[in-house]
Amino acid sequence: MTPERPIPEVTDVDPESRTEQEGEAQGSAQPGAVPAARARISGQRAEPSANGDTGVQAKRGLSVKLEGLRAFYGAAEQVKGIDLEFRANEVTAIIGPSGCGKSTMIRCINRMHEEIPGAHAQGRVLLEDLDVYDPSVDVVAVRRAVGMVFQKPNPFPTMSVFDNVAAGLRLTSRRRGDLRAKVEAALRGAGLWEEVAERLDEPGAGLSGGQQQRLCIARSLAVNPEVILMDEPCSALDPVATLKIEELIDELKQRVTIVIVTHNMQQAARVADRTAFMLDGLLVEVGPTKEIFTKPGDPRTEEYVTGKFG
Amino acid sequence: MSAPAHGAERLARFAVTPARRRKDTLARGAILTGTVLAVIPLLLIVYYLLLKGLGTWSVSFFTTDPTGNTFFGGSSIGGIKSAILGTVEIVALASAISIPIGVGVAVWLVEYGRASAFAKAVRFFVDVLTGVPSILFGLFVYIVLIVGTGTTYAGWKGSVALSLLMLPIVIRSAEVVLLLVPNALRESALALGAPRWRVIWSVVLPAALPGMVTGVLLAIARAAGETAPLLFTAAATLGTSFNLGGFMNSLPVQIYKDVTSPTTAVVDRAWGAALTLVVMILILNVIARVIARRSRLA
Repeated sequence: MTPERPIPEVTDVDPESRTEQEGEAQGSAQPGAVPAARARISGQRAEPSANGDTGVQAKRGLSVKLEGLRAFYGAAEQVKGIDLEFRANEVTAIIGPSGCGKSTMIRCINRMHEEIPGAHAQGRVLLEDLDVYDPSVDVVAVRRAVGMVFQKPNPFPTMSVFDNVAAGLRLTSRRRGDLRAKVEAALRGAGLWEEVAERLDEPGAGLSGGQQQRLCIARSLAVNPEVILMDEPCSALDPVATLKIEELIDELKQRVTIVIVTHNMQQAARVADRTAFMLDGLLVEVGPTKEIFTKPGDPRTEEYVTGKFG
Repeated sequence: MSAPAHGAERLARFAVTPARRRKDTLARGAILTGTVLAVIPLLLIVYYLLLKGLGTWSVSFFTTDPTGNTFFGGSSIGGIKSAILGTVEIVALASAISIPIGVGVAVWLVEYGRASAFAKAVRFFVDVLTGVPSILFGLFVYIVLIVGTGTTYAGWKGSVALSLLMLPIVIRSAEVVLLLVPNALRESALALGAPRWRVIWSVVLPAALPGMVTGVLLAIARAAGETAPLLFTAAATLGTSFNLGGFMNSLPVQIYKDVTSPTTAVVDRAWGAALTLVVMILILNVIARVIARRSRLA
């Protein structure tokens, strides 16, 4: 699987012009995803058909910037003021001991944090230059732009493999165009097509754990996010399945920005361009992965990555 | 294993003492006795129902209406056709009223109300409603829809009384099943950018459906056997009716009237009708169990 391989047959336009088309369709002559993203998120629910027409497609991810982000569960502060940038089309790994607020932090990026009763966030989360917590922003549109893969593979139990992938399009009312082609493209994008092409009508829950997780990735790819958040996506998987997901991450960063929370430091070292180390709700340091693991600037980072605690 | 004596000493710690064994026997005996005592009346009911009811069953028993002729006995008293059909009609309308409302309330409680003060108040009143004697629902409908409007008995008024009775059962059972739907499912759908109503409609409800069907069928079974709410709302009548706006017969009311009759044949018809009702409810319960078994959640 080479990262540069052309996107499957269903894509009729090459990646570059696809991006341009999208920009135009969103009311901007500028190629690139920034204006498009702005239009998508700032309350314009009834999107033009450009997005989601051809399933998975090559495009540029968006950068994500946290500014003074604090997150609470009731009165308890779990994330205590974080400034951090996730660069576009890079993989950023978040490491840190259990309970340090990694998952809470990334759940603030697509505003899933507020789904927990009593939870709320403060500060700014900038998607390029748009604050997703701005009152004018539609939370549903944010989640379409920022996909999420959870710790436990969670395909919809009542749906087949096909319907699971199509769910993203159906649930977001973007059924236009060739659904089958979009589903195939998403499954290919998740490296799962060859394994499930013959069993699209079987229940999604009948796949192996690793396949289920890739099915969940395909499901989030189908709605064409610009950022994908992964919350320990491999912690429930065996090493072989883990390796497949890691290869996939490497491939996916061509078209999306990826933030991955992981407890596995080898995994962070293998997949991440940059790594951030968190402790007790605060960011200790962030830098190129190699630097974090070989010559970290903070003694606490060194202690953690060398296994002295955590 | 170094010193055998020492080893035996250590093992003695694990030996079952006679006192321990006695207590165990006693406790098991007590529980078994309780179970047997509880099952005895149940078996007796079924036994008498079959003994007294089965003899009245015949094709004409199910295909003719009661004649109202209660003094000459034999086949001239008629069957229970109008009562069976009346029960089916009244309960069907009651279900059509209570199931959508009940499921709606449960969805609101689980997905929106959660721990809010209003949701807590709703839960409290639903619990109170569960404990209300069924005759009060009949009385309520009688006062509001019959005395209050100056009209007379009608099948649909019986349905309203039964739907009030079913409502708390449907709400509570649906709420329990909705709470069983893993939060991870809701989250993964929300994270795809699906609006909340779509998540509930396309992900949560399908996952909860089998369990909810079970609860709904139990509510139907409960309502089908109620006499009190129907007695002064739908009344009793002889002929088969397909007009819910008029008087309508039903199995429980038919049984109630028949057992008070001085004629043996009519009392026997009550047994036959009671057995019919039990079999109808049994069939519903079997359907509920089959559906529940297919469910991954319930």
